Amino acid sequence: MAHAYTPGLKVMPCTVLRKKRLLPIPGKVLASVGDEVGSTDVVARTELPGKVFPVNVANRLSVAPGEIKNFMLKKEGDEIKAGEVLAENKPFIKWFKTSVESPVAGTVESVSDVTGQVMLREPPKVLPIQAYVKGRVVEVVPDFGVTVESEGTFIQGIFGIGGETNGEIAVAVSSPDEELVEEDITEHHRGKIVVGGKHAGLGAIKRAVSMGVKAVVVGGIHDRDLRQLLGYDIGVAVTGTEQIGTTLVVTEGFGMIPMAEYTFRLLSSRNGEKASVSGATQIRAGVMRPEIIVPGYPKNVSECKKDQGRGWIEPGDPIRIIREPHFGVIGTVKSLPPELTVIGSESHARVLEVALQGGEVIVVPRANIEVLEK
Amino acid sequence: MSKKDLEIIIATDCGSTTTKAILIEKKGDTYRQTFRGEAPTTVEAPFEDVTKGVLNAITEVEELSGRKILDGERIITPNDGKTGVDIYVSTSSAGGGLQMMVAGAVKAMTGESAQRCALGAGAIVMDVLASNDGRADHEKIERIRQLRPDMMLLSGGTDGGTVTHVVELAQFLKAADPKPRLGASYKLPVIYAGNNKARPQITEILGDRTALIVTENLRPSLERENLMPARHKIHDIFLEHVMQQAPGYPKLMKMVGAPIMPTPAAVGSMTEKFAKANNFNVLAVDIGGATTDVFSVFGEVFNRTVSANLGMSYSISNVMAEAGLANILRWLPFDIEEQDLRNRLKNKMIRPTTIPQTIEDLQIEHAVSREALRLAFDQHKALAVGLKGVQQERSISDAFEQTASGQSLISVMKLDYVIGSGGILAHSPRRTQSMLMMIDAYQPEGVTRMAVDSIFMMPHLGVLAQISEKAALDVFYHDCLVRLGTCLAPKGLGKEGEKIMDWEVTTPDGRKQGGELRFGEMQHIPFDAPKAKLSARPVKGFDMGSGSGNRVEAEIEGGVVGLVLDGRGRPFSLAKDASRRRADLNKWYKAMGMYPV
Repeated sequence: MAHAYTPGLKVMPCTVLRKKRLLPIPGKVLASVGDEVGSTDVVARTELPGKVFPVNVANRLSVAPGEIKNFMLKKEGDEIKAGEVLAENKPFIKWFKTSVESPVAGTVESVSDVTGQVMLREPPKVLPIQAYVKGRVVEVVPDFGVTVESEGTFIQGIFGIGGETNGEIAVAVSSPDEELVEEDITEHHRGKIVVGGKHAGLGAIKRAVSMGVKAVVVGGIHDRDLRQLLGYDIGVAVTGTEQIGTTLVVTEGFGMIPMAEYTFRLLSSRNGEKASVSGATQIRAGVMRPEIIVPGYPKNVSECKKDQGRGWIEPGDPIRIIREPHFGVIGTVKSLPPELTVIGSESHARVLEVALQGGEVIVVPRANIEVLEK
Repeated sequence: MSKKDLEIIIATDCGSTTTKAILIEKKGDTYRQTFRGEAPTTVEAPFEDVTKGVLNAITEVEELSGRKILDGERIITPNDGKTGVDIYVSTSSAGGGLQMMVAGAVKAMTGESAQRCALGAGAIVMDVLASNDGRADHEKIERIRQLRPDMMLLSGGTDGGTVTHVVELAQFLKAADPKPRLGASYKLPVIYAGNNKARPQITEILGDRTALIVTENLRPSLERENLMPARHKIHDIFLEHVMQQAPGYPKLMKMVGAPIMPTPAAVGSMTEKFAKANNFNVLAVDIGGATTDVFSVFGEVFNRTVSANLGMSYSISNVMAEAGLANILRWLPFDIEEQDLRNRLKNKMIRPTTIPQTIEDLQIEHAVSREALRLAFDQHKALAVGLKGVQQERSISDAFEQTASGQSLISVMKLDYVIGSGGILAHSPRRTQSMLMMIDAYQPEGVTRMAVDSIFMMPHLGVLAQISEKAALDVFYHDCLVRLGTCLAPKGLGKEGEKIMDWEVTTPDGRKQGGELRFGEMQHIPFDAPKAKLSARPVKGFDMGSGSGNRVEAEIEGGVVGLVLDGRGRPFSLAKDASRRRADLNKWYKAMGMYPV
């Protein structure tokens, strides 16, 4: 049977997933293989070396770099408090005394007689890594962290902003093509993951932030609103560190696009349950998409399959068109002609025939569709 | 094996997504590219071995050519008529290419020299640190800590000059204790190419914390740049350290018959060879999904820049952010809502593999591409400059014409040849689209020949040129370049409709063709003779390269597009009024046969 390779976003009622939780530099791993962990449990911890502050003592004391050792009150390795005197000159008249105070608390790392610089290092900062998803530790990477395995619902969005968070799912609209408006978000949604439909405007997202909503999951947003929220235009899709007060997961794209029916139904079936959400997106080689993970089985599911995505399309598969002039339109694959076809732009491309709901059949480049889960 | 024996060559370029193989065969006295194959690059999980993709791409060449090249995972050498090849060469940009951080004492002097040195070696420069870069010292240290380069180039000071600044940079580097991007277990390679007097101090400070390599100063005096020793060291470390950490590369390095080159270094080398062989000033551009590389050879000086976030898919939204929406809208011959355009570009960013299906969508991508090419060219012009800080001798007559040192080397009037590559230029449905996109972005003046590298063969040829320059240049002329034609653009401004130039071209067999060009119009003359003589007489106030109103005789090339006579004037600007601008664009696009009517 004809089929064509196509990547798609994962929307799975129940799957076994593994999350690597690793420190950026070596530290201490706090969990062992077999441990059951909650999403906010700390599984590894390290100390990030403190920031370094150079102080040009030679300049400040108006002496040659080679002489500064004579004026230092602290030597390499000594601890120092903020405001404490680091070096001072010894004039005949006290009035002319100049002292150099430390701008930070920390230790003296080095004293240079070539440049006259003294390096001060702040105390290390503790960096904890949480489990992020509820599950079981299945692997320990010595000195770096663990791999947590969890079973549950797994939904990928197309684009997100903001980092990892946790909360209870609260579906705030009644259908996937309903807009999430300011009035839909109430005090009841504080600390929760709010699910909307086709779109959330600037007002609704700002309201969510002011209500302490942990994350907003919605079909589409306008780029103009995103710019307003961030204060700048996102140039390349590498996100996850934004601080707008909430995490945002867009499931379909930019514009007003109803959330896929299947995704919406799946989220609704887990309404009221605890979920882990991340907005981190990286669209490069080794792509990373935002995600919603709800541990545990949905009500009517008794078996949890491993990744079932087969990675290609066949006639009969439901698909969504992801580029103009039919952006957002849903249909089923009718046929996959193997030969190159001239499309409207005069390019030669591999295409497929898509049957729309009314029976109309249109031709679309294969690069411009996405498979929908049944 | 002597170079004369080379008859069959296989070359690959391992890109971050695709590995492309080409077969080159000697036919009579000439080398020709005969077959090509490609396969997905296999650097990432689950394969994590670049040679898998290489073997797959070569297998495709085997199937198409009927020549047996592989014996299992081994390349059969030498060729014995029906089987094997004489040599295998490869370039690589997989795994994000070569990422470097450079540092110099003064930003506009050693900082820039260090940047040019690293870029010319094919690196992506993540940041340029300098004593006077405007950042507070602790910010510099923080920046070094955050970035994880493959290696670092430290320069600063002229030989025998002051050591303080460069020693200070070394101390910052030590305090930051940077880690290499790949392989947490090895020390970060640091190349020191600064003041020779500071070598003992630098060795003392960095010797035990980093893998320090000391080489000749890249700016021995203010008047002289000496980039090659440091560039060679960069290549050595790229092969010895960086490549060794990338999945499968130690294996690949054993397969090749010449050192693996970073892809941009190979493209640069091919551009240089082409410019030298023809005595041309050349501009070559490769516009990809994420980045745009620009190479130039002007007056035998080679320069390369890479604009890391200007591209047509992953970085399309950044082109909008940097150019501004108005600059993209100005190339569109129709009206579109700002919100609609914003959403469309963002949707391309999040689904980078989609393609334009309609003419309208194609025109939007062409508009973005003009801006990406223009911005990358601006960045290139800013770096491809003469040495700054050089003292100039001035006579009294120069006092009224003050020119600073560090003028850009790039002159669009002196530009002889433009080569475009990358999807949007190489695969546009009509070649006129590629040519006009480059004309609009670069605004060449006078006589400029143009071509595209349709299947991006320049990397393969650049690495091959190390072994056989003849083979590389043969294939470059015959199979790599698709000649578009020549652009004739008088410099000057006039009144709409007034005559600005008479022109005539004569082919080697004596055929003549000619006419006149009026201000504000564009003419497209189909003309495919590979060589012809041009005689152009601009009117007073317009310059074709010999000064205002002076006749120009020049060699030109025809091609798949032909001659484009650009009477829009230089400097070229579009009408401010939107409806007038759209009418102009429609008129020019129609004259060029850009889009179906």
